Amino acid sequence: MNDRTDVTKSTEQAPRVPESALAPAVDISENDVGIELVADLPGVPKDGLSIKVDGANLTIEGSAQIDVPQNLEPLYGEIRSRHFRRSFTLSRELDPSRIEAKLANGVLRMHIPKSEAARPRRIEVSAL
Amino acid sequence: MNSSFQFAGSLFPALTQLQQQLDEVFRMDGTANIRALSGRTFPAVNIGSTPDAVEVIAFAPGIDPKALQITIDKGLLVISGERAENTENKEREDDVSVYAQERFTGQFRRVISLPEDADPNQVHATCRDGIVRVSVAKRESAKPRQIAVN
Repeated sequence: MNDRTDVTKSTEQAPRVPESALAPAVDISENDVGIELVADLPGVPKDGLSIKVDGANLTIEGSAQIDVPQNLEPLYGEIRSRHFRRSFTLSRELDPSRIEAKLANGVLRMHIPKSEAARPRRIEVSAL
Repeated sequence: MNSSFQFAGSLFPALTQLQQQLDEVFRMDGTANIRALSGRTFPAVNIGSTPDAVEVIAFAPGIDPKALQITIDKGLLVISGERAENTENKEREDDVSVYAQERFTGQFRRVISLPEDADPNQVHATCRDGIVRVSVAKRESAKPRQIAVN
């Protein structure tokens, strides 16, 4: 049923998220080694999630996959979109190349480490 | 799949949507009334019906399916449980600064009144990626059927 010819193929694997998307609830905390970011993304599978770093911007986008019967007639709804998006600005002492992300049970956990130079350290005083 | 998010054009869904959009724009920053409730309930639920069943979709990310209690009593479907606090940073608590704490923690309980034609004996619940789907079958007598003309 594909009657479209793609002249250029999209290189992005993750599905595109339309303009109107929900902002997921997040917890953000910082310690000596970096920043922990936890986001609620219910229904978002691993391949529906995209985390992008563009300069100082970190964008989390995801699309939930919800198995519902085709003939479902909605009666009541609190969640009106299956798309999530939220952006953050990273400060300079963070190292975006070493971000780690884990997704389990609809919860995304990210660790954004600080660059070595920005970590607090103790300077030993040597006695002469 | 998208059908669960498209609602008929009645007034109340439109108002809820407006409220949700306003919440998005004017994010609550915690400086309101000291007793103000956070606008979000947990877990958020969507409810729909098919000719065979009533479908309740609860958005409960980070909940262990085994720790979730789903009960039906006198036509009320109760989803309850507890979501633990973020514990990853607990051991280094002294030097942790918290910048945002929007995610729900603690005990929760949501009660949904099922329609008359729901059959409490035929319920099944599944959980995937933090979405719990409870499907309550409708009674045989309530299902639409065709009557043959002799």
